[in-house]
Amino acid sequence: MTNRPKVLARLLVLATLAYAVAAQATLPVQQWQTASGARVLFVETHDLPMLDVAVDFPAGTSRDTREKSGLAALTLRMLRLGVEGFDEDQIAERLADVGAEIGGRFDMDRAGYGLRTLSSARERDQAVAVLLRILQRPTFPQPIFEREKERVLAALKESDAKPETIADREFKRLLYADHPYSMRGSGEIDTVARLSGDDLVGFYRRHFSAREAVVSIIGDLGREQARAIAEQLTSGLKAAAPLPALPPVPRLAKEQTSRIAHPATQAHILIGQPGIKRLDPDYFPLWVGNYVLGGGGFSSRLNEEIRQKRGFAYSAYSYFNPLAQQGPFQIGLQTRKDQAEEALKVARDTLAKFVADGPTQQEFEAAKQNIVGGFPLRIDSNRKILEYLSLIGFYRLPLSYLEDFPARIDAVTLAAVKDAWRRRIDPARMVTVVVGASARP
Amino acid sequence: MLDKLARARWAVLASALVCMVPAGAAAGAAERALANGLKIIVKEDHRSPVAVSMVWYRAGSMDEVSGTTGVAHVLEHMMFKGTQKVPRGEFSRIIARAGGRDNAFTSRDHTAFHQQLHKSKLALALELEADRMVNLQFSEEEFAREMKVIMEERRMRTDDDPHAQLSELMMATVYAVHPYRTPVIGWMNDLENMRLAEARDWYKTWYAPNNATLVVCGDVEAEDVFRLAEKFFGPIPARTLPQRQPQVEPPQRGVKRINVKAPAEQPYLLMAYQVPVLRDVDNDWEPYALSVLGGVLDGSPAARLPRELVKNSRIANSAGSSYDITNRGPGLFFLDGVPAEGRSAAEVETALRDQIRRLVEEGISEDELRRVKAQVIAAQVFAQDSVFYQAIRIGALDTVGLPHDSADRQVKKLQEVSAAQVREVARKYLVDDNLTVAVLDPQRLATGARPRPKAGNGRDQ
Repeated sequence: MTNRPKVLARLLVLATLAYAVAAQATLPVQQWQTASGARVLFVETHDLPMLDVAVDFPAGTSRDTREKSGLAALTLRMLRLGVEGFDEDQIAERLADVGAEIGGRFDMDRAGYGLRTLSSARERDQAVAVLLRILQRPTFPQPIFEREKERVLAALKESDAKPETIADREFKRLLYADHPYSMRGSGEIDTVARLSGDDLVGFYRRHFSAREAVVSIIGDLGREQARAIAEQLTSGLKAAAPLPALPPVPRLAKEQTSRIAHPATQAHILIGQPGIKRLDPDYFPLWVGNYVLGGGGFSSRLNEEIRQKRGFAYSAYSYFNPLAQQGPFQIGLQTRKDQAEEALKVARDTLAKFVADGPTQQEFEAAKQNIVGGFPLRIDSNRKILEYLSLIGFYRLPLSYLEDFPARIDAVTLAAVKDAWRRRIDPARMVTVVVGASARP
Repeated sequence: MLDKLARARWAVLASALVCMVPAGAAAGAAERALANGLKIIVKEDHRSPVAVSMVWYRAGSMDEVSGTTGVAHVLEHMMFKGTQKVPRGEFSRIIARAGGRDNAFTSRDHTAFHQQLHKSKLALALELEADRMVNLQFSEEEFAREMKVIMEERRMRTDDDPHAQLSELMMATVYAVHPYRTPVIGWMNDLENMRLAEARDWYKTWYAPNNATLVVCGDVEAEDVFRLAEKFFGPIPARTLPQRQPQVEPPQRGVKRINVKAPAEQPYLLMAYQVPVLRDVDNDWEPYALSVLGGVLDGSPAARLPRELVKNSRIANSAGSSYDITNRGPGLFFLDGVPAEGRSAAEVETALRDQIRRLVEEGISEDELRRVKAQVIAAQVFAQDSVFYQAIRIGALDTVGLPHDSADRQVKKLQEVSAAQVREVARKYLVDDNLTVAVLDPQRLATGARPRPKAGNGRDQ
């Protein structure tokens, strides 16, 4: 195994030298377009006799409408439950027969399928052929659609009684109001109940087009094989008009706090604002800062104040989820009900102080050391690299994104962190949700 | 997540495959023991310049005694509270500044501490682990605060999760004697009454080089790791370990049933049969047959349980099985299901029992057998993609007393399983006398407590 070209190792030349070295390594990411217009990103690595493929489309939650919330997720779910020539059991059996695994990929922006298979010809060809039909020739059988709808509705009923679901829904509603990001992927009980088979076919035709597809491939195959697979997977996709861009997210007009009763033993607390876009000039300084505030696990300020000093919670965190438009900035914790207001105050004070003063020089340096020094861990498996390929392709990040990453973090200054946080996060205008609040705060 | 509790999830819904894939590619791992009894296993994987280091202690909740349940997990938390050289919080800060991540987990069988970092930083991780193997400090104040954190963890994982409550009470029903009857996190009342001295005693009893295994995977040379391990762990003296009581569970004498009321919308059914687990990689065959049986029932969306219960009969909204082939203690074969709208837990139970009866009466087809075996082979390859997962599998095998390099042999043994053997283990073990049934009786929330997300509802400026 060690005599083969070490692609992962080559990827990492820059990162491992971390701070000191100028960018020299050539990232072996290959990129091209298929005849049908799909973007392809490919990394060749023969260390293991396996192959990962992902095909993503701009068909996530944000492409739902309010009246038909849940349509995007249900459409994706149905693709593998019936295709021309095979019913759902035959699809599953043909994959299992060659040990292949297939799974839906779904978030606020993206939807697609991922395939993991052995790279030997028989296994690979059979698995890819199934993926091809799932993407290009779904049949949306009516009885299966009705069954899946029932299952989704039952799951919604269960989850809607849970405090974490109630908190998430309320948080999104207050953060995003009428913006598509206010919806959740699963949809609502009344909107899912209204969906029809025609809705799914329409959504599929509109969103799963070759021009919008991003094909990510990593594994044990040559460029010509990768090229052939990418062509197969996209050549039969429908043509569709370009999708409109998502609307920008309006700034929050005012502070809002929502307290909702619930009988659970813990209160669920969420605090946040609309955060950043994937291609945001403040992306790196905000990220470095967030490591100090609540992203750095044991070392973060939120964890120190809420868990280590006071024993209020098992975990207290903050994160940015950068999306096509401003994804959420979110702080979260769970704590025994009778101390919820006190814990909330500590979280708010910690945020306010952080935005006002920024990290200390020492915290700032520790953050950079971790992010830069830890870069190899972000790409130490085929699976992780596949996710970066998909990200780069979908958001049209520079192909040198991974290569540049350590240098971009290294270039962030303490002043830039302070400045970005003051401009972008306003502690006086946060959304707060407390589910399981005691009767009188 | 911080010191994640790797409690076995009893209500595993799918993926019998995970249980069926023994150690990911442990072939080629090198092993050595220090004079003080510390075992070291190194698996080289040069794809990426990273290293995973794990110290596994053969002390989990099954080593606890009545009244102090949860103490194994409490000690896991206390291990981050500092030594004379490395004050509270510094362990993780040092690893983080080196670009690394660290965490720990506790199960019924073991407690493990791990770091992932650039290969050049491996020595740092070993030095820090060696330090806290002997020099841990115990302060009343830190202990009291950490117990609050652990009680929050219990509320989060168990008290507010109806399926977790059901699983917890099921284990207490399955086992009358064996310590698998208590939850890893501990009973709340034991946590409320836990004393610092109990945590300290636990540390003094079990945290010794001769009760630990160091597993390192990644872009390292085995000889270098052995040298570093000798340097940092070598000076730690061995300790006399207490004799472990076997605490063998007496034979079950008939089906056991519990009904658990908890806040939920839907009923849920969990069934567990007492079955053997793997003790002898080369000579056992029943555990392998049970693994294949798990794959036939729930190895893919076309496997029997999802196909028959969820798709064809529409009795259930989900149905599955799980079986963990490796445990220090006894084994269980689980079946579970959530009834479809208008169906009951009793109907799901009947349907699951019908599936068992069919297995016993008709056996399985050659197609089904071949399919499960193909999945086992592929999964063995896929398991090699993650360096972290390889280290987990090596540590888990070693902790239960199986050869850490037996993964390939286990795959080979799985390939030898016949349809007749699968039928035979179903006939022998999936019988009422081995069965415990747990039913979640959902207590629905009052509608007033279920707010809809509409403007103005529940707002409070």
